[in-house]
Amino acid sequence: MAASRLQNHKVLSARAREAINGYAFVSPWVLGFLIFVIGPMIGLIWLSFHRWDLIGDPRPVGWRNFERLFRDRLFLKSMEVTIIYGLGRVPLGIFVALGTALLLNNRRIKFIGIWRTIYYMPVVLPPVAISLVWMWIYNPRYGILNTMIQQFLGVPGPRWLDDAALVLPSLMVMAVWAAAGRNMIIYLSGLQGISGELYEASAIDGAGYWRQFWRITLPLLTPVIFFNLITGMIDTFKLFTQAYVMTEGGPRNQSLFFTYYLFQKGFAQYQMGYASAMAVVVFIIIMGLTLLVFRWSKAWVFYEGELTGDS
Amino acid sequence: MAIKLAIATPKRKPRLFDKYLPHLSIAAIYAILLLGAVMVFFPFAWTISTSLKTEQQTLEYPPTWVPDPVQWENYPDALTARPFGRYYVNTTIITVLSVVGQVVSSAVVAYGFARFRFPGRGVLFLIVLSTLMIPFHILIIPRFILFKYLGWLDTFLPLIVPNFFGGAFSIFLLRQYFLTIPLDLDEAAKMDGASSFQIFLRIILPLARPALGAVAVFEFMSTWNDFFGPLIYLSSDRNYTISIGLAAFRNDYFTAWHLYMAAAAVALLVPLVVFFLAQKYFISGVALTGSGGSKG
Repeated sequence: MAASRLQNHKVLSARAREAINGYAFVSPWVLGFLIFVIGPMIGLIWLSFHRWDLIGDPRPVGWRNFERLFRDRLFLKSMEVTIIYGLGRVPLGIFVALGTALLLNNRRIKFIGIWRTIYYMPVVLPPVAISLVWMWIYNPRYGILNTMIQQFLGVPGPRWLDDAALVLPSLMVMAVWAAAGRNMIIYLSGLQGISGELYEASAIDGAGYWRQFWRITLPLLTPVIFFNLITGMIDTFKLFTQAYVMTEGGPRNQSLFFTYYLFQKGFAQYQMGYASAMAVVVFIIIMGLTLLVFRWSKAWVFYEGELTGDS
Repeated sequence: MAIKLAIATPKRKPRLFDKYLPHLSIAAIYAILLLGAVMVFFPFAWTISTSLKTEQQTLEYPPTWVPDPVQWENYPDALTARPFGRYYVNTTIITVLSVVGQVVSSAVVAYGFARFRFPGRGVLFLIVLSTLMIPFHILIIPRFILFKYLGWLDTFLPLIVPNFFGGAFSIFLLRQYFLTIPLDLDEAAKMDGASSFQIFLRIILPLARPALGAVAVFEFMSTWNDFFGPLIYLSSDRNYTISIGLAAFRNDYFTAWHLYMAAAAVALLVPLVVFFLAQKYFISGVALTGSGGSKG
């Protein structure tokens, strides 16, 4: 009896010791989370109900910031621009990255490592340098793009970044150039993980390439596509450098991305309260969108484990 | 989840898919791949070509690819037009300290999640993962105010210190990797009287080198290339990083594309060199998580 109690006590204390150790090891993150995420979030919400230019004390203004927000044409424009850009950029990126991965996932293609390296290269470059380089490429008068159009087609090229209709597509192309390599590698590793037996079996059943693509390859890649969709969406709301360096939100506010407008309100005009209200609303929008995409994903994302019961 | 934990490039599986590629001959595939590669290199080539021209030559029509004469002076001219040497030193200091902080703290936290049972572990880890989905730019205003009150504005601290509390992406990546290390090794060490911390130092860390390498290179790239953070927190020229220095340089002249391109070419160089030296960590790291190098 006494022995068993002693043992019990020992077991408990071993468990408790394990838990204490666990808490100790994860404590840096918990602390950082409280200081750099939760604290600022509370501050953000508090600020969004105040008016403050960093000088003096913040003045409470109730819901006025939020009311103003929905009448602010520029804020609505920034939402429009960000969403249109995302709707173009994300599918285009998926298409290019997946297409390249499919081409590379081929036994007869030699030097896969070298191709992979080449396509990944732009991913590691500083966005500011990339922006400068592409500004020069897109330069309407002296840029290589328009001088080549003039040279080979004999017509003057469009004004790219200075053209309200073309600024977003131009930025999308640049973004795909800069980022497709990363997703290409993710797709490639996904493709290489697909068991050859699946293809063998379906080939015996007489399935051709496209049938296999639609029935095997694509369904098994949906988790990666889903991941790509979510990160693409979040990256769109973070987009800043291009607007700051290349277009300054123009022409005619056609590249006034959300983060750039937030920066202008907060750090050029020092409207801390108003900018905070903007951030709160966008945070809610992003949460909503993420939730929506997660819901929607249940209809099309396929997890192998669902079928086989493992993993 | 479609997380593949093979950190070494999987080369065992025969890829049968290709047998059934329709319509596309091998030559056509190579042609497309080559076209893609040309498109990747095109901006590099144009950058280097411009960086070696005179200002006059940059405005010529039709454009020439090979500068004549070759203006090597553009490089020293561009790099001394602003204190780029200083910017490189600053960026290096910020990046090295951030990488050290991020790797050490994330490894410690990941070890806690991977090897200890404690109440609330599942929920905490879920919170770690969910922070991956917050675009942290939206917290920039309260963070700016926090650092203002700490007196940290226009110092490197706001850019470095948060890295010492672990990063969600790094923690996730390392935890996944730690879970693949057999528990038997821990048990054996425990028998020999090793403490949890000794096990972490002597067994887990040495075995997790590939994952630690991946975390380090991702952190290196994201700090080295960061623009938004330094732009907000640093204000005096002597504290600038390369990225904000480069953006400011662009506004120094009306059009000096030959100089901008020279400065940009140098800015492209360091990340490229690091990439080529540490390539395996990039590729395996990206493949490892299926979650790329994007972090908040």
